[in-house]
Amino acid sequence: MADTEKKSLADRLGLKVHSGVGNAGWGRTLFAGVISFVYFFPVLWIILTAFKTHNDALAIPPKFIFTPTLENFVSVFSRAYSAGAVAQDTGFALYFFNSVFIAGTSVFLALAIGTLAAFGFSRYPLRGNDTYLFIILTTRMLPAIVVIIPIFLMFRVAGLSGTYIGVILLYTAFNLPFTVWMMKSFFDELSPDVEDAARIDGSSDRRVFFKICLPQVKAGLAATAVFGLILTWNEFLFALLLTGVDTRTVPVAMAQTIGGDIGVRWGLLAAIETLFLIPVIVVTFILQNHLLRGVTFGTVKR
Amino acid sequence: MSTIEATSLTKNFGSFTAVRDVDLSVGQGEVVCLLGPSGCGKTTTLRMIAGLESVTEGEVRIGGKLMNKISPEKRDIAMVFQFYALYPSVSIGGNIEMPLFRAGLSAAERRREVARVAGILQLDDVLDRLPGQVSEGEKQRAAVARAIVRDPNCFLFDEPLSRLDVELRHSMRGQIKEVLSGLSKATVIVTHDQLEALTMANRIAIMRDGMIEQIGTPHEVFSKPRNIFVAGFIGSPKMNLFEGRFSSLSGDMATIELSAERVTIPVPSAVSNMQGETLTLGVRPRALEPVDSPNQHSLTGQVELIEPMGAETLVHVRDESDQDLRVVVPRHIKVIIGEVLHLACDLSQTHIFDGKGLAVR
Repeated sequence: MADTEKKSLADRLGLKVHSGVGNAGWGRTLFAGVISFVYFFPVLWIILTAFKTHNDALAIPPKFIFTPTLENFVSVFSRAYSAGAVAQDTGFALYFFNSVFIAGTSVFLALAIGTLAAFGFSRYPLRGNDTYLFIILTTRMLPAIVVIIPIFLMFRVAGLSGTYIGVILLYTAFNLPFTVWMMKSFFDELSPDVEDAARIDGSSDRRVFFKICLPQVKAGLAATAVFGLILTWNEFLFALLLTGVDTRTVPVAMAQTIGGDIGVRWGLLAAIETLFLIPVIVVTFILQNHLLRGVTFGTVKR
Repeated sequence: MSTIEATSLTKNFGSFTAVRDVDLSVGQGEVVCLLGPSGCGKTTTLRMIAGLESVTEGEVRIGGKLMNKISPEKRDIAMVFQFYALYPSVSIGGNIEMPLFRAGLSAAERRREVARVAGILQLDDVLDRLPGQVSEGEKQRAAVARAIVRDPNCFLFDEPLSRLDVELRHSMRGQIKEVLSGLSKATVIVTHDQLEALTMANRIAIMRDGMIEQIGTPHEVFSKPRNIFVAGFIGSPKMNLFEGRFSSLSGDMATIELSAERVTIPVPSAVSNMQGETLTLGVRPRALEPVDSPNQHSLTGQVELIEPMGAETLVHVRDESDQDLRVVVPRHIKVIIGEVLHLACDLSQTHIFDGKGLAVR
C-alpha cells in the first residue's frame, strides 16, 4: 500500500521512476556489470578451460567457442598415468572428502570454542580484557612461513604429522582468533537490557546464552563460518607439510598434478578447480542472506 | 509485605557520583515516580533497587529485608525496561512464560498463567508471534504482561512509555494505572515526562544531579515547589521566574523591585526579615491575566509570539528588561503581535525563592 502511494506521489511530482534496474538507472547498472565481469573473468576462464580438450586449452588465440568435453572431469578421478596404460583411481574422491572433513570440523570447533570465549570476553570482562584479546590476535601476526618449520618439527615429535587430528587442531587454532574477535563484536552489539530482564526473570546463565543471546547472533555465526571456511578450504602451505598420503587435501593434491609427460594439463587442473569451487559457492549461497546481515551488522540499528 | 525502602543510597562510577544520598520509601500499593532530566541518576537508582547495579553506600530493603548483596532474581521483583527487552528469538507467549520457569510450574500451569495475563492485556491474538512481528503497543503490553505474570512483590518501570506515540502513550498510561491499582504492590516508575509522573504517581520524587530535590504528591510538588529547580521543572509551560530585590513591606504586602518595574504582592511572614535581599519571584503562566490598565500587581510587556494550543493560547511577552514572559490565556481572548499587555498576577499563586533558590513560606 505504501508503495503505490509513493509511486503516485512521484508521478504527481513528475519525478522519474526507474524500473527494473533499481534506482541507479541503466548506465550505472551496466557499469557495475562490466566491473563485476572483470572480477569474474578469471573464474569464468577456469570453468571454460575445464570443458576444453588439451589442444583447445593451449590454442592461441584463446578459444571462446569450442566443443565442450567432460573428459577432464572423468580424469580428475581416474586416468592413465602414461600413454597407453590402464586408467587408475587418482584418489581425488578421498582428497575431496579430506578437504570437506578437515575444513568442516575445524570451522565447527573454532565456532563452538570461539563463540563461548567471545561471550566470556564480552560479558565477564577480565582485568586487562583488551590485552588478552590482543594477545590472542598476535598469533596471527607472524607469517605462516616463519612458524611452519617449528610446527612441523613439533608435530613430528608429537606424532600428529599426517593425521586428521593434527591438521584439524592446527586449523582450529588458526580460525580461533578471528572467530573470537568477530563473535565478541556481535555479542557487544546486543542490548544488555534483554539480559538484565532475563536475570530478573531468574534465567540461568546457560539459558541466557543459548535461548536468548545465541539466536540473536545467527547472522554473525554464519558470516564467521563462511570466512573461516574460505580460509581453511584454500589453505595450502600447512596442508602441504602436515598432511600425509591419506589425509591430503585438494589444494595439495592439485599442486601435485602439475607436471607429467605432456606438460601441465590445464584442462585437468581447471576441472579440479571447478569442482573445488562448488562446495564454497554452495555454502556461501545458502548463508548469503545471513552473510549480508552479518557483515553489515551494527551499521543500521534501532 | 510489598514495600521498598532506600536509605542514603549512593552510587559511584569511578570518581563520578551518579546517585548521592537518596532516601526513598514506597509503601504497599503505592506508586512513586522518579522524575528528572536525562542523566540525573533516576535509572541508576532504579537499577540499584533491582540489583542490576551494585550499591556503593546505603541500603536497599524490599519487604523489610536487606537486599544489598542479594542477586536480582532472588529479590522477587519484576521490571519493565525502556526498550521492553523482550527476548527477540522467543514468541510473545514464550516471553511471558519465561519468568514462570523459575517457579517450577508444570507446562499446563504455565500455559494457564500466560493465558490469564494475556487476557488482561489483550494479547491473546499475538501470543505465537515473535516480538519483531508485533506493534510497539503490543510489545509494551507484552513487557508489562511478563512483569505481572509471576505475581512479584514489587514492580519497577524504566521509562515504560517513552517509545510509544502520543495517542498510544495516553491509553497505555491509563491501562498501566488500572493494572497497578488492581495489584496493590509497591511500584517505582522512572520517567522524564512530567505528565506521566503527575498522572500515574501517588508521590513524585524529583531528581537532579543524583539527588532528590523534592518528594511529594503530584499536587504538592506543583503547588508548593521546594526550590527553583522543582518550580521550573514541574508544570508546562514553565513557571516564569523573575529576579528582583525585596524593597519594602507594609502589612503582609511586599514591594519587589524587578529589573524594569515593581510589583506589590502578599508574602508569607517568613519574608519579613529578608528586606533588601535579592530574591526570585515565580508566577505560573496560568496565574497571569491580561487586564485593561496597569496596577500595582501587574507586569507590562509586548506580545512577541503566539502559540495556539487548542483550548488555550500560549503568549510570549517581552518586558522592558528583555525578559521572556509566558502567559496562558483562554482561547476567546485575542491578542496580536506587538500589542502591549498588562498582566495581573493571581495573588494567591505567587512563589518566593530566596537567594539560595529555596522556597520561602
